[in-house]
Amino acid sequence: MIKLFSVKEKQQKEAAAAHGKLKQSPGELRLQKDISELNLAKGTTIIFPQGKDKLLNFEITIRPDEGLYKGGAFVFSFNVPTSYPHDAPKVKCKTRVYHPNIDLEGNVCLNILREDWKPVLSTNSIIYGLQFLFLDPNPDDPLNKDAAQMLQNDARSFEHSVRTSISRGAHIGGSYFPPCKA
Amino acid sequence: MEDLDGRWRDLNRLLARPGNIVGPGFEPQDEWIEFLQHQVRVLCVGAGGLGCELLKDLALSGFGNIDVIDLDTIDVSNLNRQFLFRMKDVGKSKAKVAAERVMERVQGVTVTPHFCRIEEKDRDFYEEFHLILLGLDSLEARRYMNQIACSFLEFDEDGKPDLSTIKPMIDGGTEGLKGHARVILPGITPCFDCTLWLFPPQTKFPLCTLAETPRSPAHCIEYVHLIQWPQEKGGEEFDSDDDTHMQWVYQQALKRAQQYGIQGVTLQLTQGVVKNIIPAIASTNAVVAAACTLEALKLVTLCSTGMNNYMMYVGTDGIYTHTAQYERDTQCLVCGAGVPMQVSPTATLQEVIDTLKESPALGGRHLRRPSISSGSSNLYMHGPLEESTRPNLRKTISSLVDGDGSILQVNDPGLAGPMRVSLQFRQS
Ligand SMILES: [Zn+2]
Repeated sequence: MIKLFSVKEKQQKEAAAAHGKLKQSPGELRLQKDISELNLAKGTTIIFPQGKDKLLNFEITIRPDEGLYKGGAFVFSFNVPTSYPHDAPKVKCKTRVYHPNIDLEGNVCLNILREDWKPVLSTNSIIYGLQFLFLDPNPDDPLNKDAAQMLQNDARSFEHSVRTSISRGAHIGGSYFPPCKA
Repeated sequence: MEDLDGRWRDLNRLLARPGNIVGPGFEPQDEWIEFLQHQVRVLCVGAGGLGCELLKDLALSGFGNIDVIDLDTIDVSNLNRQFLFRMKDVGKSKAKVAAERVMERVQGVTVTPHFCRIEEKDRDFYEEFHLILLGLDSLEARRYMNQIACSFLEFDEDGKPDLSTIKPMIDGGTEGLKGHARVILPGITPCFDCTLWLFPPQTKFPLCTLAETPRSPAHCIEYVHLIQWPQEKGGEEFDSDDDTHMQWVYQQALKRAQQYGIQGVTLQLTQGVVKNIIPAIASTNAVVAAACTLEALKLVTLCSTGMNNYMMYVGTDGIYTHTAQYERDTQCLVCGAGVPMQVSPTATLQEVIDTLKESPALGGRHLRRPSISSGSSNLYMHGPLEESTRPNLRKTISSLVDGDGSILQVNDPGLAGPMRVSLQFRQS
């Protein structure tokens, strides 16, 4: 132990030097690394609604150029906790989309967002994962059961429903999916 | 308690007499009691299970000026161990009631409550205290306090910590029958971020398992909490402190469990899963808080050598403790000194980056595309924010940072993690 206190010295310290401000948290710094090394695919864009110094909330728009969801634009909100990368970002799909792994509230079933998250993963990994969801929707892990069943039982109608909902908007299984053309 | 003569007799024996196990630099004197009572200001963060114990122990150990901060209100389920609270206090601020009760019982002590989040107080508030004790239950809150305590730390030109800037922190934690106490002297012993590996991430259930193949009562509860609530309650924010919300989740989880033939959904389990509660045991809190308070006393007076620097306690078979001397991470982003770099205050950010890249001592040859931040602002970033930060490259470094001794944080694909650079202004 070291001597930090003395009864003889006045304990009130002088005002701290000017540069003792609160810094970016380690989570923000790690996110800064992720963002500066982002490798966005063509058609994928990112915006920071709160400006360049507030990285913890941002939006990613994915515009698939192949697969069933080609021609659509899908917006995801990222909410990164200060405990990042210890904890995964919270990701929601803000675009209503007919997809077996995305429900009507925007919850996304992507393993690395929850049970398989590891601190070595990055924002890039999540964006890849999301892009992959549009190329290869997985009916075995459904969040939207209705969509999963249709994909499994009648792939052609599923494809038709997805395409119509993207280009013109459609009522499917009692819910309305507004158009979301890129 | 009319006659208080002799009140501090025992403590005084410890503090006014020389001894063999005292810490180096200990000065035995009668004035210690006066010092503890009137000079030292202690902050207790948290007024829950550990907080109640800490406040009681601190007051009875001679600390006369204590502040306590907690945003929580008292719940019936707290009463078995948070002994400063009574049935009639349910719903009131923990910090306020705890402060009142300690002052009623211990004459001459001033306990000042703060009924708010730790984030609501600014850095100046925390600066007032000589010592901070943590009785928290989340890593997030600990890391926040850690950042605050370490933000006061300054280093001299040789990279040695300036002792007058050290804000000591003592952290207690319990989980069922286990617990820990640790002493954090920023710059000297490891801070939370130096030893982050001590906290394993919690496992999260996959959303699709929750939705399609629930197998445990916890799966049913998490489903209702995470998926069914937002679906059926529209925009209403779930509040884990609202009883009607908790009841709703419990009832719905019960229905879902019946549907899937799963046993074991109870209200208690529902609260446990939703709030991520680990069972709290009164005696574990007492043991850990006692250890923390003793460290506080030793740290201030040096009447004994003190803990170096992490004590773990296991109460599962008898009592087992082990004290480990963890090492600081010299690269730590929160408490590290940073690599010194001399620059002219009139150099542009671009020139600073060039100097950085050319300097082998700073690992310059590993740097490819460095992104730079200082304080809470991003000065220059590659990637999607390159364009909006580019104008800074032409500005002088002294206009972008807080002055001599400022820390630059450097991120680069060639570095595993961010690097801290301590700027030393030199006229060229
Ligand atoms: Zn550290």
